[in-house]
Amino acid sequence: MDDMYRDYILDHYKNPRNQGQLEGATNTYADSNPLCGDELSMALRIEDDRVADVRFNGKGCAISQASASILTEEIKGKTLDEIKAIDRDHILENLGIPISPARIKCALLSLKTLKGAAWGLPAWPDEDEAKARSAGQGR
Amino acid sequence: MTVAIKSTSQPRSPLDVARIRADFPILSRTVNGKPVVYLDNAATSQKPRQVIDAMSAVFEEHNANIHRGVYEFSETTTAAFEGARAKVARFIGARDDSEVIFVRNATEGVNLVAYTWGRDNIKSGDRIISTVLEHHSDFVPWQQLAKDVGAHIVMIDVDDEGRLRRDQLSAELKKGAKLLAITHTSNGLGTVNPIKEIVAEAHAAGATVLVDAAQAVPHTPVDVTDLDCDFLVFSGHKMLAPPGSGAVWARRSLLERMRPFLYGGDMISRVTVEKTEWNELPWKFEAGTSSYVDAIGLGAAVDYLEAVGVAKVHEHELALVAYLLPRLAEVTGITVYGPKTLDDRVGVVSFNIEGIHPHDVATIFDREGVCVRAGHHCNQLLMTRLGVAATTRASFYLYNTTDECDALLGAIDKAKKVFKV
Repeated sequence: MDDMYRDYILDHYKNPRNQGQLEGATNTYADSNPLCGDELSMALRIEDDRVADVRFNGKGCAISQASASILTEEIKGKTLDEIKAIDRDHILENLGIPISPARIKCALLSLKTLKGAAWGLPAWPDEDEAKARSAGQGR
Repeated sequence: MTVAIKSTSQPRSPLDVARIRADFPILSRTVNGKPVVYLDNAATSQKPRQVIDAMSAVFEEHNANIHRGVYEFSETTTAAFEGARAKVARFIGARDDSEVIFVRNATEGVNLVAYTWGRDNIKSGDRIISTVLEHHSDFVPWQQLAKDVGAHIVMIDVDDEGRLRRDQLSAELKKGAKLLAITHTSNGLGTVNPIKEIVAEAHAAGATVLVDAAQAVPHTPVDVTDLDCDFLVFSGHKMLAPPGSGAVWARRSLLERMRPFLYGGDMISRVTVEKTEWNELPWKFEAGTSSYVDAIGLGAAVDYLEAVGVAKVHEHELALVAYLLPRLAEVTGITVYGPKTLDDRVGVVSFNIEGIHPHDVATIFDREGVCVRAGHHCNQLLMTRLGVAATTRASFYLYNTTDECDALLGAIDKAKKVFKV
């Protein structure tokens, strides 16, 4: 149990880094995870193709919020190309905890939101809302 | 939080739970090294050996397609299938077996009514009354029908304890409505609506009434003749039967005038190039090969529940609620949603722990072997009304024990320790 809710995860959850509004944001994106009701928005200020600053806002489970907090710490100063190259394995490795299949979406919401912002998307391409939601349904 | 348990003494369970538990093979399993504590019965129930055996017997002894073969296996399986229908009809107080239509689940039942009776009777400008207690399965079909035909959905709220606002319902019924689609028992809070009174009031106002009894038929005695409703739907998998079994009950006079839902084999009496005549009730609504093994499993589940007594199951669940609620109230940081008394409720307890998201709660519980549901419970309208994104829900059935309530309380303690709240 405690291998999932390690101290640093709970620390990021309770004391999120880079949370709040970003003045002069150039790229923003918001998404949610219907399974948990996790919500996340990410704002980047891109200067010379690099992340000059980042803020996130969100509410949800410890995994989704800690994942976002950890990610924002990592991407400051990185180029857009470097951000676009971040993949799911990288996120899971960064979290450093075993994530059960049911909670993968929580862990990866931060990545999805960051990519949306980095690519300047208005909405996720080819998102099948019904498919995304079906994971959380049931009586 | 104050918890008022109205009875003066701790209610006693009338069930021999140890004996019941012995019938459920899965309950002797362990999860993460701990005995499984299954408290997600509002999502689905576990299955007793009697149901599993009844289904195995079909496959091992006389499997053949129903209503078709003129040979012994087919006749035996058909008799078991139709026998299950008769058991279900008796169990819910239906006067006529042919008023029971087998469907996959309550959701399919609501859709059957929406696509047949609904499309032929609900017109532009008509009003459909719904409530914030509805499961999505009894809301989305009506919302979409309303969109398609230009009808209006009217929502009825609950009070802060999760009880239906009868004053609002009465006021809206007075304005007229074509349909009232209402849940008998809330899957999110366990609230039981006074359906019999509500049906009488709705009928007086000229509305047809569909009752979602998915959480009612497994846990409390339900009698369609006594309720006097027009349609009633429920799922088998929440009442010891397999997924894929369920039923719609409707008055014969309504069913006779309704067009079929699905077209194909078994639902016809005569097919020519020009036209098709429909089969008699109930088969007019059962196109294609039915999930007959699941239906036979449902029949076995009805036998099991009748032998135990559904009223006793309800009493047992209330005893567990009476045990759990005051103990939950002693835990700091717990918010319980829904009724705080034993009146008009079933064994569903929805709560949140301050500072911990329900999904984290459920993950920590899992390591303790405790299975609960965390999320919106297909009840997003209710979650919005409660002002929360999600809750943690423990829901009881006939095999749960006060020891399992203690395991739940222990898991809450564990979650609070992990999160240091």
